[in-house]
Amino acid sequence: MSNLSVDHLLGIKYLAKSDIDLIFKTADNFKKIINQPIKKVPSLRDITIANLFFENSTRTKLSFELAEKRLSADVINFSSSSSSVTKGETLLDTVNNILAMKVDIVVMRHPNPGASVFLSRNIDAKIVNAGDGTHEHPTQALLDAYSIREKYGIVTGKKIVIVGDILHSRVALSNIYCLKKLGAEVKVCGPSSLMPKHLDALGVTHFSDLKEALEWCDVANVLRIQLERQDVNYFPSLREYAMVYGVNKEMLDSLEKEITIMHPGPINRGVELSSDAADSKHAIILDQVENGVAIRMAVLYLLAGKIKK
Amino acid sequence: MIEERQILNQKDIQITIERLCQQLIEHHGDFKNTVIVGVQPRGTFLSNRIIIKLKQLLNTTNLESGSLDISFYRDDLRMREEPIVPEIMDMNLSLEGKNVVLIDDVLFTGRSIRSAIDALMAFGRPKSVELLTLIDRRFSRDLPIQPNYVGRIIDALDSEKVIVEWKEVNGRDRILMVKSD
Repeated sequence: MSNLSVDHLLGIKYLAKSDIDLIFKTADNFKKIINQPIKKVPSLRDITIANLFFENSTRTKLSFELAEKRLSADVINFSSSSSSVTKGETLLDTVNNILAMKVDIVVMRHPNPGASVFLSRNIDAKIVNAGDGTHEHPTQALLDAYSIREKYGIVTGKKIVIVGDILHSRVALSNIYCLKKLGAEVKVCGPSSLMPKHLDALGVTHFSDLKEALEWCDVANVLRIQLERQDVNYFPSLREYAMVYGVNKEMLDSLEKEITIMHPGPINRGVELSSDAADSKHAIILDQVENGVAIRMAVLYLLAGKIKK
Repeated sequence: MIEERQILNQKDIQITIERLCQQLIEHHGDFKNTVIVGVQPRGTFLSNRIIIKLKQLLNTTNLESGSLDISFYRDDLRMREEPIVPEIMDMNLSLEGKNVVLIDDVLFTGRSIRSAIDALMAFGRPKSVELLTLIDRRFSRDLPIQPNYVGRIIDALDSEKVIVEWKEVNGRDRILMVKSD
């Protein structure tokens, strides 16, 4: 199959395994393109993309923008802090105004879970979810799984532990969906207070001991503590969290096998991940960033192919 | 009804490739500053054959070559039912200042070659680019693109298809003209 089964990328939940395989295969070629002397292709030169960021973002926004520019799309950027949203405009009005400028694809980050699903039902453009509240962050999960595939050649059968704030993390949820669809074994690790209630329904079990989790896994995807989404205190202090759930080099060196460390960024050095671990040979954090551009190029290319002239 | 006519058989193809190689040597001498680039997917079958023959004729093992994927440089992404699935891009070389011989099996509308020339430029500024094709459907061009080296010129209607079969994928080498009502 050479076409996506979906018209938008709203979440990994809505994708078939064949969609993920197609995105990876396409990303393989884009990875070569972005390592060429000239890193730009003309594929999307007749496409206009709006990046709507209703929530702060650095690397996702840069990564999407770079991917769009490398595909030769026209790009317009919008961030809510400098817009009419602060004057009381609704999401639908904001987006419809932008679409009146003949936009073909909308890449949106929004603090409300389900915002991109809502948008896809109400407007006539392809939607790419760049993170919606605590719901999903599909391109992050795709690039994470792609980085595992790149490192090990295969994702099926690999053991991956996601460490940290699972409750508030859209990266965790999308990662669980994606890795499971690809046949990996997924477990999570962190304080019980930061675990969602429905872990069983996702087919995922929980380690409360970090060392035990690291002994088990091939890959540890370490997440940031999302203080901005926490309305109450879920653990006594960051210092205590770092002592119990912080991954450091000493711990990695004490394991019987070499494991891979991933982090979606931004890292809080010294909290979930120590500097010596983040900068060690175990970490593939910068590979994740490079792969992010290739994955986003693949997603945009495949969705653009569905916009008929 | 489907009507099938063989244009070239295995022997014809072999002779044609040999003649094309002699013409290439006439123009490129020892190939010191020349790179052979096959257009993916089907041009690479022909370019592989040409490279093997050239190595024999020149008595060398040293010939620079690459396989060029043109998927992302095409102009019809949004006109197709399904997006083109990209092929392997194998271009671990610089084309800066090089003479490039671009190879494809059939020259039809010229649009693939237009995309290929665009794709080539991502690997440096070549000194020159020439085009070699096994079949030239001379009356079907959409763009002003002509080959420098041609295996066989064919006059075909738009409704007729030219199919190139290679031993590597189809079990034998032959070229067919297929006409369907």
